[in-house]
Amino acid sequence: MIISQLGYYSLIFGLLTSILIFFNSSIQIKKNNSVISNKTTGLIGFQFFFVIISFISLIYSFIISDFSNETVYNNSHTTKPLFYKITGTWGNHEGSLLLWLLVLTGVLLGFIFKSKNEPNNYRQLTILFHQIIVIGFFVFILKTSNPFNEIFPVATEGLGLNPILQDPALGIHPPILYLGYVGTSIIFSAALASMICSHVNKSWAKEIKFWILFSWFFLTGGILLGSIWAYYELGWGGFWFWDPVENVSLMPWLSLTALLHCVVTLEKRELFKNWTIVLCIITFALSMAGTFLVRSGILNSVHTFANDPSRGIYILTFLLVLVLLSFVVFVIYENKNFVQKSEIFAWSKETSILINNWFILYFLSVVLIGTIYPIFLDVILDEQISVGPPFYNKLILPFLIPFVLFMSIGPSMKWIKTNIKIGVKSFFIIMVTLILSFVTIYYIGSKNIFLLLLFIGFFYLLLKSLDQLRQKTKNFAQIFSHTGFSLLLISILLNSFSSNEIIRNIQVGESFSLKNEKILFQKILVEKEKNYESIIGFFEILDEKNKIINLHPEIRIYNEPEMATSEASIKTSLFKDRFITINLIKDQNFFNVRYQHKPFMIWVWISTLIIMLGGLFAIFRKNKEVNI
Amino acid sequence: MYSKKVKLRLLFIVVFLTLIVLTTFIVFKVLKDNVVYFKSPSEINLQMEISKKKIRVGGMVKKNSVKMNNNKIDFIITDFKNELYVTFSGTVPNLFEEEKGVVAEGFLNDKKFLIADKILAKHDENYMPPEVKKSLGE
Repeated sequence: MIISQLGYYSLIFGLLTSILIFFNSSIQIKKNNSVISNKTTGLIGFQFFFVIISFISLIYSFIISDFSNETVYNNSHTTKPLFYKITGTWGNHEGSLLLWLLVLTGVLLGFIFKSKNEPNNYRQLTILFHQIIVIGFFVFILKTSNPFNEIFPVATEGLGLNPILQDPALGIHPPILYLGYVGTSIIFSAALASMICSHVNKSWAKEIKFWILFSWFFLTGGILLGSIWAYYELGWGGFWFWDPVENVSLMPWLSLTALLHCVVTLEKRELFKNWTIVLCIITFALSMAGTFLVRSGILNSVHTFANDPSRGIYILTFLLVLVLLSFVVFVIYENKNFVQKSEIFAWSKETSILINNWFILYFLSVVLIGTIYPIFLDVILDEQISVGPPFYNKLILPFLIPFVLFMSIGPSMKWIKTNIKIGVKSFFIIMVTLILSFVTIYYIGSKNIFLLLLFIGFFYLLLKSLDQLRQKTKNFAQIFSHTGFSLLLISILLNSFSSNEIIRNIQVGESFSLKNEKILFQKILVEKEKNYESIIGFFEILDEKNKIINLHPEIRIYNEPEMATSEASIKTSLFKDRFITINLIKDQNFFNVRYQHKPFMIWVWISTLIIMLGGLFAIFRKNKEVNI
Repeated sequence: MYSKKVKLRLLFIVVFLTLIVLTTFIVFKVLKDNVVYFKSPSEINLQMEISKKKIRVGGMVKKNSVKMNNNKIDFIITDFKNELYVTFSGTVPNLFEEEKGVVAEGFLNDKKFLIADKILAKHDENYMPPEVKKSLGE
């Protein structure tokens, strides 16, 4: 109880510190005495410290099951294992916002230490803009989502955590994702500051690139973890559903990807100044919009825990204020920065990056429209609709072909001007691409021309990226992420076009078959665990080589809150995942069994890791002259 | 006459705008073809003709209506005014139960019969999809 109070007052102190920093920075800027004193750094340190104290208090309240705290009462239970008591801290609305605030104040501290060589007025202004966001979130938390609300009388038992969230992934998916999401905030503040100080130049690009890569790296990781989690937990056997909540994480990812290509052009050639700034603003706005969509309860999904319209309205208003602010800053200071110094020729790296950006922006718009159109229609016309995967497939897949072609040739372009030469080597690569594509198409037994074209594009990208390894100056960041990206596309395509599944309602002892495999439902076993009862199905699979594979899918019936979940049983191999889930319908004798072959599943994860590895290379690359 | 540079720029702008208009047009065309409308059994009953497009129907699973065999599950969705027979072969979610909320996605055979290819019923016990809540007029 006292700890909970400590957390609350720590938040108040945090808010007061923010206001202090805000005014301090404004005064310094007015006086034009913009040396960042130890006092300012100290205050920012304190601000971070207060948020940490408050965060630890909340974790502690969860560990000791302090049910006088409303958040703990709503989301925890004494029988829950310790691990889920801790991770449950950010498995709810209030706690996750506290985590958001923690990252928000943390990145500012990181920025202060990293930007020591930058002009002081720019740093001071960044602090000022960042404090606006920080204050906004402090007020938001204290006003609408206080994690330290007390309830009286104190309950003896809590309501428990949603069983879907009782998974090890809860420990790591939200924090990693938030590092990516909230990392974009510092990009936003710094972009506005640099605009005002006319500091949009090569040195700024180098500086901000770190934060772009930082956010991009963690956002990629967060999305990957979310996909893996959805794959084994939700029981559909898919890893991407074009669910609005997934889309809102994909949108900032797309604009970050565009931005990280664009900022390199700024760094090398001092081009696309305004465009870089616009992308910085868009990226953070999309992050905020994501928070709004998930937190307002407009979308229904596993991520929506509480529906409270006032929260949605607050975030929306705050978002509009920030966008308006950045718009005003942009309009006033735009001309000062806009000096197009150098010429670009049609065949150059600059052009290819511009093309990359246009394509990514197109993909982004498609996802944006697909996500917000249903909301729009619901509000305006009171009609309920949903937009399914066909929409995205039809609009994104065809454009991927030219996109990957440009992506294949882009990296070998030179700055300013490139002379195109087609040598023997190019023909060799094209030949290998064609052979690989035809073999693949033959292997999956498809006669679809469009599919063939997609494979040709993806394999070409793969080979062209690997071909870069022969160059003298190797850019590992680019090679890894482009190779990873092409592998990802190939795996996804193979996965979706050669998956097989069978769904049956069967009783114990019955069997069925899929392709050349025989699946026998041997028996069930009921076990009692600490906070759930588990019904385990024993399945024996005889594969085409008569090898026996055992799978044990589960149905878990949790007691607090009372709810059933299915735990898939997955046997992963290099080329194929075998995936089985069972379900039980009340008062029926049948088990609803779903058995699937998911080819190349593990390659979807591996290739995303390769993409991230590229990001790591870029982050740790020291000032060497390398092309992207 | 205009100089060559101006002409080139003009051409560029025209091509660019055409491209944007064209893409917007295509995007919204595809969007229109691929949205899935949500209806209640009563709304379907009121329709003059049945659409050939995929729809979602929400309501309650009627008591004692679930019948299963090896390949399919039959049940009735009701909004307490009208009923709709559903036949479905696929995975049912954990929370599929008689007298609980459900959303079925599929094609209408006639006004009283839906061939579903997906059933959605998720989240905790108290949870009811907003659409279902609305269609039950709660």
